[in-house]
Amino acid sequence: MKYAATAATPPLGERAFGLLCLTVAVVLALHAPHLPWWLTLSLAPVLGWRWWQRSHRAGHIPAWVKLPLLGVLALAILAEYGNLFGQTPGTALAIGLLVLKTLESERPRDARVGVGFACFVLMAALLFSQSMTSTAVVALGLLPALATLRALEPAQPTQTSLPRTLLPGLGLLAAALPLAMLAFVFVPRLGSPLWGAPNAQQELTGLSDTMSPSGFTQLLIDDSPAMRVSFDGPPPPPDQRYFRAYVMDHYDGTTWQYHDVVNQPPAPLQASRTLRYRISLEPTHQRVLPTLDVPLDAPAGAHLRRDRVVMADKSVNDLLSYSVTSATQYRLQPVLGPHRQRWLQLPADFNPRTLALGRSWRQRYGDDTPAIVRAALTLFHDGGFRYTLAPPPLGRNAMDDFLFDTRQGFCEHYASAFTVLMRAAGIPARVVTGYQGGYWSSAGHYLLVRQSDAHAWSEVWLAGRGWVRVDPTAAVRPQRIDLGAAAAAGNQLPWTESGWLQSLRNHWDIVNHWWNEGVIGFNALRQRGMLTSFGVRRADPTLLAELLAGSCALAGALGLAWALRRKQHADPARAALRGLERYLARQGVVRRLGEGPRHYLSRAARALPGRRAELTGLMDCYLELRYAHDEPPPESLRHFLRAARNFRRVRVVK
Amino acid sequence: MRPDLRRMQQWAERRLPALTRYRRAEPLPVELHRRRIYIVPTRFGLGFTVLLMVMLVGALNYSNNAALLLTCLLGAACAASMLVAFRTLDGLELQRIHSGHAVAGQPIEIRFDFAAPSARFALRLDMGESSTSFAVDLAHDSASVTLPLPTVSRGWQALPRVRVWTTWPLGLFRAWSWLHPEQSVLVWPQPEAAGPPPEARADDDQRRRLHQGEDPATLRDYRRGDPIRHVAWKASARHRDLLVKDFEAPASRQDWQLDWHQLGQLEHEHRIARLARWLDEAAAHGRHHSLELPGETIERGSGPVHYMRCMDALAKLP
Repeated sequence: MKYAATAATPPLGERAFGLLCLTVAVVLALHAPHLPWWLTLSLAPVLGWRWWQRSHRAGHIPAWVKLPLLGVLALAILAEYGNLFGQTPGTALAIGLLVLKTLESERPRDARVGVGFACFVLMAALLFSQSMTSTAVVALGLLPALATLRALEPAQPTQTSLPRTLLPGLGLLAAALPLAMLAFVFVPRLGSPLWGAPNAQQELTGLSDTMSPSGFTQLLIDDSPAMRVSFDGPPPPPDQRYFRAYVMDHYDGTTWQYHDVVNQPPAPLQASRTLRYRISLEPTHQRVLPTLDVPLDAPAGAHLRRDRVVMADKSVNDLLSYSVTSATQYRLQPVLGPHRQRWLQLPADFNPRTLALGRSWRQRYGDDTPAIVRAALTLFHDGGFRYTLAPPPLGRNAMDDFLFDTRQGFCEHYASAFTVLMRAAGIPARVVTGYQGGYWSSAGHYLLVRQSDAHAWSEVWLAGRGWVRVDPTAAVRPQRIDLGAAAAAGNQLPWTESGWLQSLRNHWDIVNHWWNEGVIGFNALRQRGMLTSFGVRRADPTLLAELLAGSCALAGALGLAWALRRKQHADPARAALRGLERYLARQGVVRRLGEGPRHYLSRAARALPGRRAELTGLMDCYLELRYAHDEPPPESLRHFLRAARNFRRVRVVK
Repeated sequence: MRPDLRRMQQWAERRLPALTRYRRAEPLPVELHRRRIYIVPTRFGLGFTVLLMVMLVGALNYSNNAALLLTCLLGAACAASMLVAFRTLDGLELQRIHSGHAVAGQPIEIRFDFAAPSARFALRLDMGESSTSFAVDLAHDSASVTLPLPTVSRGWQALPRVRVWTTWPLGLFRAWSWLHPEQSVLVWPQPEAAGPPPEARADDDQRRRLHQGEDPATLRDYRRGDPIRHVAWKASARHRDLLVKDFEAPASRQDWQLDWHQLGQLEHEHRIARLARWLDEAAAHGRHHSLELPGETIERGSGPVHYMRCMDALAKLP
């Protein structure tokens, strides 16, 4: 009895349940990269088992199975994170709950709740990565969710193949894209968050404010973009693309550290050449903003520290764009002042041979500081040093081991050793970390700087000249400056050697750059400024809301026009007759109002005697088609259409 | 539906002309168009809207533009699904209604024939308490749906308003339209539960007498009205009740002439009920019969068509 089923809610169909399981599986897979592995590995079997259980033998899962699972989930997440809420544990908990929800999905209502929840958890995946690829993948994750909702409806096509099930959802999303874009552009952004910004518990990517052996190696093999820089005017030549992040003063024998000294004015700077550029920085979860050489001033929301390091007021958790003007020829801090000792500090009982070498140079060259610098660079250049990303391990006296023993290392080792040598020789020196180089995308007109472009170099203070950048790595391996770390180390992966792949990769980055600039970086500030070209100085939220409503109404009207459009039941015979009429009208026979086809066509035959036979045939054919049958036979329709077409093709010779 | 809700709905339909515009019965075929299709969000749709709001505020709060874009996309897809729901009903045409046959008190099967210019899925039809789902697929471009309609009394019964609705494709919006076809169905009278067989006429008596004297086929319990001479006295003496010799009924091969006027002692509806029972029995035994009603006489005949004609005539009696 078909009709008796509505009183009680019908149970969830097997097909809909399968799609629900697929939805949850997709959500789980999308979150797997940042979930603890044991959680993924324990949730996936639960989901699979539940799917198998419901499709092979019916029956509810009893509460004594569900409740302990819930408890175990909560306890496991508490044990892993010590907290149930917050971004990462909250997401893990939500995914666990979503998987457990399938255990009690027996009715369409449960499936709907599950799908809604799955959409929410899907969105949470974007809190971890906003890249275009992840957004697209997450958007595709909506497809099984939409397919599940469709499968809950009764009386539908019995298609079984999965692609054909998912396809209508894709069509719906594609149709929704214009409205989504309009809404995205016009939804008023919040100036400040309503509640706490996401806690940056995530592992740091990019530079850290300490520099120790092995910390850098992770970076140098990381090919992900760090930032993209577009210059006003031509970009600086490759050997001047030094982006300063941290300036490290303090050395404890193993680690260089950045010491944040607040409330000190930035060091004085005399700039003779400046360059303006715009950086869009990938999230680092740190506060430092890398800048080219020495910045003149800090962008909004950030300030200059003593060493002309730019610090943002809060850590960079999302893509951040900022514009800076930097000096490329400058005199930084020509007078050192009372803090000179800070840049000569060295741990007492470390690296005795290195200290001795430095002191010996001071004795040999006296006050000729540039000569001491040259001596050190000559040592690196001629002393049998080798650039490698996999250096042998160093002992307690790391610099001694490196300089006199292993002689293998990368920028960090050279910068560190050089600075220690300079300090030993009594020259104020410090280590600077940041990025050097980058790939100039001529198609995108920006400089792509990857994490693997991370670099460390030194600055020495010369009397009358101020702080001067010295890159000891360049002395050992000039290619590092021109080609990048991986090329310099000579251990490129095979695929990066192939030219077209690299070009493909670099062009792909242009798309990512566009995404970052156009979508991720579209913040409140940009939104307010977007209407300046239309003469609106500042688009305030009211105006934006009005625009949003207006554009939604417009999109709604377009959608309604589509919905209300009725396909005209085209009558091919009548259409062909219309074409004939237009043609005959050009020949001077216009059909009169209310003139029947027989009268009209015989009049035309009289008017065009040369084609009388054809016209009479057409008339007979049409009259037969129209009036002889209830349903005209298709072959006579085809015949009439062909005859009408042929008639119009032939030129009339008058 | 709860009574207060029903009262509210009645009030709303009285007050809102747009809603009541199509309450009048209308001739078939009925084509649905935009002025008679209504759309409201379902409960799930409302819940989903709340969810979208939460997602929106979350994305804005974390100024996460990718999440915002996803939320906008999902919201726009939901809005588009409203148009799809509308399109599902728009252009749907109720072409014909066929009614089955049923006696009063029994549900009567009503068949609705729908057609649409393109394929339509997940359509539902409600009539009274009963409901069913159907689809118009492209291969047939029409669909037939059968729903039972409860009946109360014999005679013409108007079809109630039926609602055709859908929540396709996502279950977020419910689009519906009321159909009030100008069509009535004929409900046959309910036969009485039990009663005497039709009285034989004179010539029947003649014929029955011819069969007198034949061996009784069986013995059966005495019923009121049995002739005394049929009582099997010897058998009854051994029994508690009176037994009657039941002759193999020669009358069963006879024609029945069912006459309204011979049932003068009964009240109006009871007469109809008795005639209905006789018609049933005649049909069950394949017996030829004629029927005489005030103002109408149906000649002798048998078979389902004849039966239907007789029942229709009975049902139409004032």
